[in-house]
Amino acid sequence: MKNMKYLLLRRVTQFTILFLYFGANAYGWHMLEGTFGSSRLFGFIPLADPYTTVQVLASGFVLGADVLLGALIITIFYMVVGGRAFCSWVCPINLVTDLANWLRRKLKLDREEVNYRFLKRRTRYWIMVLGIIVSAIVGISAFEVFSPITIMQRGIIFGFGAGISVIIAIFLFDLFGVKNGWCGHLCPLGAAYSLIGSKSLIRVEHNHENCTNCMGCKVVCPENQVLHMINKSSISVTDGECTNCGRCIDVCNDDALEFSIRKFLK
Amino acid sequence: MATTLQSVGLTALGGLLWSGYSDEVKASPLVLRPPSALPENDFLKACIKCGLCAEACVNRDSNKNRDGSKRDGTLQMAKGGDHKLIGTPFFIPRETPCYMCDDIPCVPVCPSGALDMKSLLDEKEELDINKAKMGLAVVHKESCIAFWGIQCDACYRACPIQGEAITIEHQMNERTGKHAYLLPIVHSDICTGCGLCEKACVTEKPAIFVLPRKYSTGKAGNHYVKGWDEKDQQRVKDAKEIHTKDERSEKEASDYLNMGVEY
Repeated sequence: MKNMKYLLLRRVTQFTILFLYFGANAYGWHMLEGTFGSSRLFGFIPLADPYTTVQVLASGFVLGADVLLGALIITIFYMVVGGRAFCSWVCPINLVTDLANWLRRKLKLDREEVNYRFLKRRTRYWIMVLGIIVSAIVGISAFEVFSPITIMQRGIIFGFGAGISVIIAIFLFDLFGVKNGWCGHLCPLGAAYSLIGSKSLIRVEHNHENCTNCMGCKVVCPENQVLHMINKSSISVTDGECTNCGRCIDVCNDDALEFSIRKFLK
Repeated sequence: MATTLQSVGLTALGGLLWSGYSDEVKASPLVLRPPSALPENDFLKACIKCGLCAEACVNRDSNKNRDGSKRDGTLQMAKGGDHKLIGTPFFIPRETPCYMCDDIPCVPVCPSGALDMKSLLDEKEELDINKAKMGLAVVHKESCIAFWGIQCDACYRACPIQGEAITIEHQMNERTGKHAYLLPIVHSDICTGCGLCEKACVTEKPAIFVLPRKYSTGKAGNHYVKGWDEKDQQRVKDAKEIHTKDERSEKEASDYLNMGVEY
């Protein structure tokens, strides 16, 4: 079980958080109420999604103080623990895309490298900015219109309805379409958290003395461009696109990767 | 350079599709929102789709059957297939109406300001659900059996502001010559749009139903003033004389009236 530690920890965290949200509606619990858009922790601490908050502000509505404070709390939290820790430790879509990715490997769908000319990993930043512009033009939070993240979360809490089709679409896209297509190329929320966490403290650190160049980490990594230092130099993974999922640490049999506190001084 | 141009162009393409789609999905006019919701257009901007209102609604203490089991909440969160802006709260009175709780659990929890608690405060700064304006009940008199002369006052009795939001008007039934019609009349200045009447209505498809106020009210405009009502006259106290000039106003009225009208 050694090489499952962070995977199991993540799944436990994800299911616990989703179950607390579910229980808030189903059983009236006050641990974690609402949805990612805006939540209440322990019945009084406001939490809010920074990207949704920016969209609402762009649509021309001055939000209540609870949401603004909540967005600030979440922003500061992810500035410390790594922005995309949300993606791999909280987001329910991560369960869907991880499953698709695992099946992709089992079905050996990636024997040939494919270069998608217009679907680069930086596409998500364009979409992120575009979402804010469209919000301003149309006057509603544009990403929330089809965001599979909150559709899935609300589905779990309040029931899916036809919204399940969006989740299935993401699954099919990631399985048969583009590898890491949604989370790694398109999701504007992931892009926002990449920026928020670009200077975060908790980071994966590589020790290239121990590395045997087996490339196991690069195979499982959903954002393997961030692992450019493997077997080259002993530095931290500083790229904001790293989701801090810890899967590379799990699969490394040579103790060449471990979580550590980022060193700002060389 | 060429790549940047392509990226910008494709982003513009995406923006057009995205804007068009978003604009279509926000057009869901016949939807009833929680109490004190902002006007629909502002509500769609402001609602952050957190669901705290719906959770407060379904988990309120009063929402229990006699055996203690929980009932469905009034507020639902729009799902795919509901044909409302996804993730926004709404209710369908004939399924579950708003029970107009005194403490209004759904409103104070709203973090974004989409539900405007201030609009429900009375002179004593206390929450007053009777000030809610979620919609307006409308009677379709052709299917309302009270208008047929059959005795029914189900909506009147279900109304939480009984005798004010719906009153019963007595009229003689000329057909029999000895019975009365007991007609339900909705008063739009009192009705909150809770929909308890719609839920209670005995006809196969309710003859009284709640519509958003935007679609169930008219507006007389400044041309028409109740000359016998001082308060109503205040409405037009700043009105200015307006002269409309068009092709027809150059001629004498008698000229064009005698010439026939071209539409």
